[in-house]
Amino acid sequence: MPHDHDHDHHDNDLDEMTALTRALETVLVEKGLVDPAAVDAIIETYSNDVGPRNGASVVARAWTDPVFADFLATDATAAIASMGFTGRQGEHMRALFNGAGVHNLVVCTLCSCYPWTVLGLPPVWYKSPPYRSRSVRDPRSVLAEFGTILPEDTEIRVWDSTAELRYLVIPERPAGTEGWDAERLAALVSRDAMIGTALADAP
Amino acid sequence: MNGPHDLGGRMGFGPIAPEADEPLFHAEWEARALGIVLCCGALGYWTIDESRHARESIAPADYLRFPYYRIWLTALIELLQRYGELTARELVDGHALTPGKRPEKCLRAQGVAGVLSKGSPTRRTIEDAPRLGIGARVRVRNLQPTGHIRVPGYLRDHVGVIESQCGAHVFPDSNAVHQGEQPQHLYTVAFDGAQVWGQGEGVSIRADLWESYLEAV
Repeated sequence: MPHDHDHDHHDNDLDEMTALTRALETVLVEKGLVDPAAVDAIIETYSNDVGPRNGASVVARAWTDPVFADFLATDATAAIASMGFTGRQGEHMRALFNGAGVHNLVVCTLCSCYPWTVLGLPPVWYKSPPYRSRSVRDPRSVLAEFGTILPEDTEIRVWDSTAELRYLVIPERPAGTEGWDAERLAALVSRDAMIGTALADAP
Repeated sequence: MNGPHDLGGRMGFGPIAPEADEPLFHAEWEARALGIVLCCGALGYWTIDESRHARESIAPADYLRFPYYRIWLTALIELLQRYGELTARELVDGHALTPGKRPEKCLRAQGVAGVLSKGSPTRRTIEDAPRLGIGARVRVRNLQPTGHIRVPGYLRDHVGVIESQCGAHVFPDSNAVHQGEQPQHLYTVAFDGAQVWGQGEGVSIRADLWESYLEAV
């Protein structure tokens, strides 16, 4: 396919897209339909406030607080809201706990559904045809591309986000972190570990 | 619709090639596009389902080569034209020729935090009880409408097991075309990967499917 994976995913379109986007924004602002300051505020929100550190704090708390972990397992939407993370593309949440012999992987084969409230905006690869096509059919090869090799007898559960439920993978707590507090643990939780393409980092 | 978006199981797209230290946006226009798309959603003309269908309806060769924010912008332009808020001439000129029809709906900066933190929940209360119980075996109906649907093609006609009942949710197929929310029960259905693909052990797939997509077997 023409999608070029050797460099930026859109470099050929840059000038054309800059011009198109500016024209569109100008027209809509002149029509009184778009407030450029609101566009700025949205960009600011997802650049600074809403991102994978939110999710990492949820995971680390689940590792250190068994009552919260139960809450997260039974009502993820409410548990995550109790930490202040609510809203767009996180209206209905479900936490998927990795465990002995079970590994969870999240995809949206039909578009780009992703838990914004806890992970922010999705990376380009999550929205692109290679990941969306292959993760349901051959997840082991997908995981291998991320350097994640699981035991052969581990069941991989692939979650295709076809409705408005959004999924957060809770990776297993790494060995050697006994006694760590939640803040220190959160640094081990990458975005990819909460999508399921990676495990939590080793200490 | 059997569109280019329905990618599960398609082959030939090459490596995933995750980018180390990927920036949130790869160009300024992507950031503006995100903001403009969200702002225009607040005008209230279309639902998320209609916007998804507009993206799915992009010509396949374009859909597969466009960067994702270009898919969003292309669909947005189509939707704005559909509702009379933009003309092709205006886009070429880069200036408005007529005033907007819904300026009172314009999302202001001070409203952004509220809109984003509220979101748009799709859970609804309905009178009907769920007809399918946990553990029931169900077949995904062979539905191939030209309109919007949230059944991935690779699951059609396959048998799975109801793993959880998710409550009633807005039905995207009707909500995409101004036929109302028509909420119905939603289920998480588990499928055996080897059964779906004819190969591969130790993989299971879960999808969230509305009741009318399923039939008991």
